[in-house]
Amino acid sequence: MSPGHPDPAADSGDGETGAATPLLEMRSVNAHYGAVHALVDVDLAIYEGELVCLLGGNASGKSTTLKTLLGMLNPTSGEVVLDGEVVNDQPTSYRVARGVTMVPENRRLFKRLTVRENLDLGAYLRSDSDQIAVDMERIFELFPRVKERLTQKAGTLSGGEQQMVAIGRALMADPRVLLMDEPSMGLAPALVQQNFELIQQIHEAGLTVFMVEQNANMALSIADRGWVLQTGRVVLDDTAENLLAHPDLQASYLGTAEQ
Amino acid sequence: MTATLPPTTGPQPGGTQPEAPLAAPRPALAHDWRRIARMGSIAAFGQVFIALSNMPVRLDERLIVKPVLSLGYLVLLILPFAAGYRQGHQIKREGVPTYAPGLNEVVGGLSCGALAGGGLSLLAVLLTHFDLREPLVNWSPILLDLLAFGNATWFAAVIWLVIGGGMGAAGGVLRLLGPRIRRAVVTMALAVAGAAVLESLVVDLAEGLGLETLTDRLYARRGGVNWSSALGLAVVSGLLAVVGRGRFRQARTRVTELEGAKRTQANVGLILLTAAVLIVLPLFAGKLTNELLANVGLFVLLALGLNVVVGLAGILDLGYVAFFAVGSYSAAVLTAATSPKIAPEMPWLAALIVVVIIAGLVGLFIGAPVIRMRGDYLAIVTLGFGEIIRLLFLSDWLSGWFGGSQGITNIPAAGIFGLTDVAGTDPRRVFYLVLAFCALAIYVSWRLEHSRLGRAWMAVREDETVAEAMGINTVNVKLLAFVVGAVLGSFSGAIFAAKVGSVFPTSFLILVSIVILVVVIFGGMGNIIGVIAGSAVLIGVLGGPKQPGLLVEFSEFKLLIYGALLIWMMLARPEGLIPSVRRTRELRQQEMAQDAWLRGEVDDDDGGNGPAGSPSAV
Ligand SMILES: Nc1ncnc2c1ncn2[C@@H]1O[C@H](COP(=O)(O)OP(=O)(O)O)[C@@H](O)[C@H]1O
Ligand SMILES: [Mg+2]
Repeated sequence: MSPGHPDPAADSGDGETGAATPLLEMRSVNAHYGAVHALVDVDLAIYEGELVCLLGGNASGKSTTLKTLLGMLNPTSGEVVLDGEVVNDQPTSYRVARGVTMVPENRRLFKRLTVRENLDLGAYLRSDSDQIAVDMERIFELFPRVKERLTQKAGTLSGGEQQMVAIGRALMADPRVLLMDEPSMGLAPALVQQNFELIQQIHEAGLTVFMVEQNANMALSIADRGWVLQTGRVVLDDTAENLLAHPDLQASYLGTAEQ
Repeated sequence: MTATLPPTTGPQPGGTQPEAPLAAPRPALAHDWRRIARMGSIAAFGQVFIALSNMPVRLDERLIVKPVLSLGYLVLLILPFAAGYRQGHQIKREGVPTYAPGLNEVVGGLSCGALAGGGLSLLAVLLTHFDLREPLVNWSPILLDLLAFGNATWFAAVIWLVIGGGMGAAGGVLRLLGPRIRRAVVTMALAVAGAAVLESLVVDLAEGLGLETLTDRLYARRGGVNWSSALGLAVVSGLLAVVGRGRFRQARTRVTELEGAKRTQANVGLILLTAAVLIVLPLFAGKLTNELLANVGLFVLLALGLNVVVGLAGILDLGYVAFFAVGSYSAAVLTAATSPKIAPEMPWLAALIVVVIIAGLVGLFIGAPVIRMRGDYLAIVTLGFGEIIRLLFLSDWLSGWFGGSQGITNIPAAGIFGLTDVAGTDPRRVFYLVLAFCALAIYVSWRLEHSRLGRAWMAVREDETVAEAMGINTVNVKLLAFVVGAVLGSFSGAIFAAKVGSVFPTSFLILVSIVILVVVIFGGMGNIIGVIAGSAVLIGVLGGPKQPGLLVEFSEFKLLIYGALLIWMMLARPEGLIPSVRRTRELRQQEMAQDAWLRGEVDDDDGGNGPAGSPSAV
């Protein structure tokens, strides 16, 4: 099924460095939940400056991939490599401190804490308070609405506002690569388009983005490259263009039928 | 998600919203009779339960207003009244008219109350014709006598229908009064009840201050407020309520709305004032009052410790008594000559340092396996550990250390730098010692709550997985909560050991854990002032697991009342007795934002269009 794996480095489109070492990499990673084999020999590499996406239907292992990258789940075999260093044995805090940050599925704000507390928690591992203040201001520039809601409880915000805070919270960690778990999930249709535009915008500002999505057409329209995951295996690995044109995409991945 | 209200979709706290005009009162008999039947039967069931729990008989000895009202009758009167008042409650819904209260509410209240009283009528009849003393120990002629006011059964049957109806109707009438008068009435009732409940405290303080003549006038010799002074008290407090209407609340919001330095100043002032009162008050108080204050303080310490674990870090620890026990026992072993294992007896303060270290280690030891679990499992396991610790102290195996069921006795007084010796024989000193530790615990809790660690705790409490994704080492953070909680609890234990002079395993039953947890929940989880208020009300008024409170008569029913309060709290006020100021302020802001939205000052198209309202570059 799988087409030949193209050399990822050659495709790292608008990457600023084009360096040979990927920023974040999985080398034939296997992961289990008890007996359930959630990831099977997954290989993927994300290069600095890229906007890449991982597609797949429900329960195909997308969230598991992100958890493994972030160290919230330990692979049973294979390696997770951050900036050339094997980080299998490093805890999540180590990886977050080195620039890997996740926007979780469904945003999952700390609902009973205020917006400000949510943002502060994003910067939990940082101690450079001056720079934190600068980053906070940048987030207010990006989302003026967030600034108005600072002392409000996050759980009382509308869906769109929660998305802003979730992204803002992740940006407060000053990440190098942003892992986004189904950012368009649960958003009103009118918000989905805007949401992808926003991701593109954040990416253009210099952030590497690894996005997990079910909404394949939308995701591929802004991504450089992508992988398709099926029951824990990478079945397609190609440029966004090729993936969109790929005859197997629709078949291998039914989630796109919605549009 | 389209077209949601921008500021909030949460429930609207009523209050500042302009009142919608009321619709005309409903006709007197237009009722949802099923609702009345339901509420009335619940109240009737409660009445019968209270009666059969023997509460009225026992509480009959405690007079509230002499000679008219005893606590025993009060508990029987309160339910029909509450049911009658509650019956008239209308849920305010948008688009549904709110009716002006009228005869309808009175008739509804009357029916509800009569039903509730009817429960007692039925009970009186059953009491005369059947003997159920076997399962129900309180099924006795004494109860019948109380219900019938010394008359025949038929009298009881009729009179309780009448009394219940009357109380229910009174509850309905309360709805008719304007908010101003209603507040005055409630204040009057609270003032009289408060004066009666606080009797021993007030008398004791008055004696210390040389104001016996005042209390002699207020209270009857055999207890209870004189009916004439009750009347006077009611009038004065009612007047005060009308005159000072809302002043208090205004003052409070003014303080909470102060910003920056002003706010700090106001807070410091309040704290100094409270401290001054707490330091001066015991000087004029007698032994009993100081004993009471010391007990409350011990529970404040425990509750503050548990508050860190449950309130801040969200770890439901049902075995918290373990740390109280560890603190008590290690202080006892280290300071008492009767414990053979540690030869040179340490002075209390030096021992305290060791106690803290031991408690911290035990916290780590218990916490390590426990915090890997979540939710229900965690709660159950902590429950087990709490018991294990107690059983270790009780065991024969370790009796060489802890004396088994004999415990450790003859624990010496706690010496403070050779200045004073604090022992249970002088409750005033105990209270000062407890006060000092409470101040320390309050300061530590407060600093922690606003620290990076405190924020991490709250994150773990809210969503552990996401907290981990933020880079918080959830295992360490939760362990720290356990250790901080353990240390605060051990302070209380160490003072307890010196105060009582002996420790036994029976002082550390599961019940203590439960009581501390109820104090925390009742006061308001995660809220320091709430926790203190919770201890004052529950431990001070009702009493602790073994410590008598102001209402000594209640001690038998303490747990029953704890349970009832807890249920009521969870249903009516899940945020606790004193919701934190922060929360109140947030709610107010939401209201303001909502009002602005209603007036059209905020564009409302946001809900429909997304995260990037107008994003500029990153
Ligand atoms: N905590 C868990 N425990 C056990 N199985 C899990 C857990 N999380 C996910 N799984 C299983 O792993 C597989 C992949 O799940 P996931 O990565 O969440 O899928 P996706 O994010 O693509 O919907 C599914 O079969 C799911 O049931
Ligand atoms: Mg998922």
